[in-house]
Amino acid sequence: MEIPYTVEPRPDSGLANGKLGIWLFLASEVMLFGALFSTYILLRVGAAEWPHGELSIKLGAINTVILICSSVTMVMSWASLKLNNFSKGRLYLLITIVLAAVFLVNKYFEYADHFARGEGPWHNTFLAIYFTLTGLHGLHIIGGIVVMAYLLGPGAGLWKRNPEQYTNRIEYTGLYWHFVDLVWIFLFPVLYLL
Amino acid sequence: MHSDQEAIKKSIRSYMVVGALLLVFTGVTVAANSFHLAVPAAITLALIIASIKGTMVASVFMHLSHEKKWIYGSLLLTVVFFIVLLFLPLLTVAGGIGKPTGAPVVAHESGAAH
Repeated sequence: MEIPYTVEPRPDSGLANGKLGIWLFLASEVMLFGALFSTYILLRVGAAEWPHGELSIKLGAINTVILICSSVTMVMSWASLKLNNFSKGRLYLLITIVLAAVFLVNKYFEYADHFARGEGPWHNTFLAIYFTLTGLHGLHIIGGIVVMAYLLGPGAGLWKRNPEQYTNRIEYTGLYWHFVDLVWIFLFPVLYLL
Repeated sequence: MHSDQEAIKKSIRSYMVVGALLLVFTGVTVAANSFHLAVPAAITLALIIASIKGTMVASVFMHLSHEKKWIYGSLLLTVVFFIVLLFLPLLTVAGGIGKPTGAPVVAHESGAAH
C-alpha cells in the first residue's frame, strides 16, 4: 500500500505530509535550543563576572562562513533537482557534506585545545554552557551528515522511481540544515563575541 | 511546469545574493567586535545583526516568505511558547515557583532577625 500525500499536497493543509512533519519537528527544536539559550541568559545574568576571549574568534568566524556556504550549496542542490539536473544536485549535496565535515574538524581542534589545557565543561559555568550548546549543535551536524549521506548514496535510487518524492526529501533535509545554520548564526556572537 | 522552472532559475540568483549578504554581515559582526563597545551596546548590535541574518535564512533559504498558513500557524504557536520559555527563568528568580501559594517568599533569607 502506498503512503498518501508524499508528493501531492493534502486537500486540507495544502502541504505534503513530510513538509508539515519537518516544520513541526523544527518547532520542537526551537523549544530545545530555546531552553538552552534561556539557561545561558539566566547563568550570565546571575554570574558575578563572565569570561571574555576564551574562544578563538577566528575559528568561530571560519565555521560561520563554512555553514553559510553549506546552506547555499544545500538550497542549490534542491534547485538543481527542481530543474531536473540530478548530477548537479548530487554534486551540491556532496559539497554540503564536505563543508559539514570541515565544520566538525574545526570544532574538534577547538575542543582538543580546551581539553589539552584541562578546560572541560567542569572548568567554569561559561565552558559548561559552551560545551552543552556547541555539543548539541555538533550532534545536529552529525545527524544532518548521516541523512545527506543516505540521500547521496543508497537513498538516491528513489530519483529513478519517483524524482518528485526524492526532490521533496532533499527539500526537507535542506529545511533541517538551514535551521542548524540558523542556530549557529546566534551561537557565534553569543558565545564567541559577547 | 515551464513557469515553475523559470521561477526556480530566478530564485537561484536570490540564493546567491543572500549567501553573499550573510557573509558580509558575518564580517560586520566580527569587525564590530573589534571596536570594544560597552557590553549592552555590543549585545544589542550583535543580536540585531544575528536577527537580520536569521530572517534572511528563514525567509529565503527556508522559503518562509511564501509558505502555507498551516506552517505560519504552527510557527506562531512556537513563538508564543518560546517567549514563555524565555521568561520562565524570571519567575524562578522572583521565587514564585516551588513555593506554596500564599507563603512568604524570601523572609528567611533576608536576615529578618537583624
